Amino acid sequence: MSFNKKDLISIKDLSASDINYFIETANEFKKISLKDIKKVPTLRGKTVVNIFYEPSTRTRSSFEIAQKRMSADSLSISVSQSSVTKGESLKDTILNLEAMKPDAFVLRHSESGAAHFVSKWTKSSVINAGDGINEHPTQCLLDIMTVMEEKKEIKSLKVAIIGDIYHSRVARSDIYGFSKLGANVYLYAPHSLLPRLIDIKNVKIAKNMKEALKDADVVIMLRIQKERASYYFIPSIEEYRNFFQLTPELLSMASKRVTVLHPGPVNRDIEIAGSIINSGKTSIFKQVENGVAVRMACLYILMSYQKKNN
Amino acid sequence: MQKILIKNGIVVDPLTKTEVKRDIYIEGGIIKDIPLKQKKTGFKTLDAENSIVFPGLIDMHVHLREPGYEYKETIKSGMEAAIAGGFTSICCMPNTNPVNDSNIVTGFLSDKAKNLNLINLFTIGAISKGLQGTSLANIGELKESGAVAISDDGNPVEDAALMGRALLYSRTFDLPVISHSEDAKLRGKGVINEGVISERLGIAGIPSIAEEIGVSRDIMLAGYYGVNIHIAHISTSGSVDIIKRAKQSGINVTCETCPHYFSLSEDALLDYNTNAKMNPPLRTKKDVDAIVKALYDGTIDAIASDHAPHSEDEKDATLDAAPFGIIGLQTSLPLTLRLFYNKKISLMQIAELMSFNPAKILKLSGRGSLQNGYLADVTIVNIKKEWKFTKSMIKSLSKNSPFIGEKFKGAATAVIVDGRLIEIN
Repeated sequence: MSFNKKDLISIKDLSASDINYFIETANEFKKISLKDIKKVPTLRGKTVVNIFYEPSTRTRSSFEIAQKRMSADSLSISVSQSSVTKGESLKDTILNLEAMKPDAFVLRHSESGAAHFVSKWTKSSVINAGDGINEHPTQCLLDIMTVMEEKKEIKSLKVAIIGDIYHSRVARSDIYGFSKLGANVYLYAPHSLLPRLIDIKNVKIAKNMKEALKDADVVIMLRIQKERASYYFIPSIEEYRNFFQLTPELLSMASKRVTVLHPGPVNRDIEIAGSIINSGKTSIFKQVENGVAVRMACLYILMSYQKKNN
Repeated sequence: MQKILIKNGIVVDPLTKTEVKRDIYIEGGIIKDIPLKQKKTGFKTLDAENSIVFPGLIDMHVHLREPGYEYKETIKSGMEAAIAGGFTSICCMPNTNPVNDSNIVTGFLSDKAKNLNLINLFTIGAISKGLQGTSLANIGELKESGAVAISDDGNPVEDAALMGRALLYSRTFDLPVISHSEDAKLRGKGVINEGVISERLGIAGIPSIAEEIGVSRDIMLAGYYGVNIHIAHISTSGSVDIIKRAKQSGINVTCETCPHYFSLSEDALLDYNTNAKMNPPLRTKKDVDAIVKALYDGTIDAIASDHAPHSEDEKDATLDAAPFGIIGLQTSLPLTLRLFYNKKISLMQIAELMSFNPAKILKLSGRGSLQNGYLADVTIVNIKKEWKFTKSMIKSLSKNSPFIGEKFKGAATAVIVDGRLIEIN
């Protein structure tokens, strides 16, 4: 098994067997993080550049730790301390960094399509760490990995994705990822935050919270941003809390062994009751743990591609 | 609870499309089919000879002025006017003070109506907070507290993005949206219909396209987003055409007009009569004809009064200064019956326009029909009775009607609300 693409930009580019390959590889790498000495020489001599145009806690530290555990040389560029503040374009930033011969870029950007754009200007591998409202493929892989650990198989699972789907890159990647593996995906949100024209096999829009949650095997809650009220997507955070929060009562309609995920950062008691997180019955921290393994796997797989093709 | 038998009336039922002389039994607040053999004792008999028995009339567009402007109208005085006009249900618009954009105001209205125990009051909440057109009201909260629709009536929602998202968001709660469709800037400082009369009087005009552009925009939003929309108080031939085409193309649009738009033209303004000033304004004779035709051909779904009380002092002013709006609860049915006598529409169509369709548009379950099992909301109309509408008959606290002194044929003589008989004298 191998992967024959230079970049990881979108889950749409992956086949079901590609996804399984990433997860299997991540399962192997997860063992490294459980060892006493959490370091392997796999990426010795490789240079990885992390460029984050948006604030990030989880994703950024997860990538950095993955790189360190694999002995890659990495550097992280915070946009606030870079030439971007002097007006340098994304293209020029990449062309300049490219001249220093890195092997991979990890890019987080507020504009959709940014990773795709960058990939055209570099021979290095590009990993999309989130582009605008479009995709967040490594988050999708770690979500699938987390569910697989609990359910063995994705096929035929009922997966409910609830919240600001329209603005969520996590939702977009998860919708493609889980449906590709044969899950039945139910989306629910106020209609103002739902994709209007969605035409993907195994994906449907639920009529209400109950239809989305009933007997669900997996529930993925999404963050709602306060500024959505300013643009009329929702009336107010208070109303959102009243009608779209995952409460323990609602969750009790799901399957007994439901896996609850949230990509973070969590607004406790807005999209999800704090008590659900406190109960320890969510897999939110398992997601974070698996994030490191998934990112190790992604780096490994893309570097293997580079080795083969250069 | 009363057991009532309505005898000898012609029962007009839109659900079954039947118009036959038959008896109606009411028991436990419900219309009951009672088998022929069964004993029928203890029923209070109501003789409906010479009368039409309609499913209870619903006025889906009423301005009660409580809270905030109780000198114009209270919930009680509005309901008394509604009873006199033959209505069993009225729906009140949110432009009170405070605006009905919360469960607090909705709860206040419902509690008050419940205590009055007169007729059914259904509340319509605001689309935007404070009717300001800048952010969405808590629409889910409004629905949960009992609102049957949302509307910013009185103001158009100027921001198309807000209107579009309101349509989408309210769909989540299956809550109808009623649009006061108008381009506010085109209306500008206009007071009456822009045309020959406004020129002659030297009064700033409201162009018909101010309404039609608004109607077009809102229909386009509904069509694009694949949602329902109800257009309030249409008044022009152009609006009729736009809605007709939209319906033909499969867009889920419904609309209402008001009795004044099919009864009066802009000529009523010739002596600067402020009781003929409302928004949208009275239009041309050609528009009046188009509205009548649209009532017949089904383009228009409902007749609503847009009952808008303003005190005599407020209306006793220049056309420029007087507020927009007229009362209509007591004249809505008689003006509509005129269309029947003039052979423009049938009694069945009246039952549809004033009961069945409003119930359907607002999803008022159990209302709008006289079939077995429906809620016992009934309006009994004596169609022989001839009478004159005088100022002293007005039950509203406000008297702003252009129809004072008019002679009518046909009047409601009793209403039954949830099985409770209210006789009208």
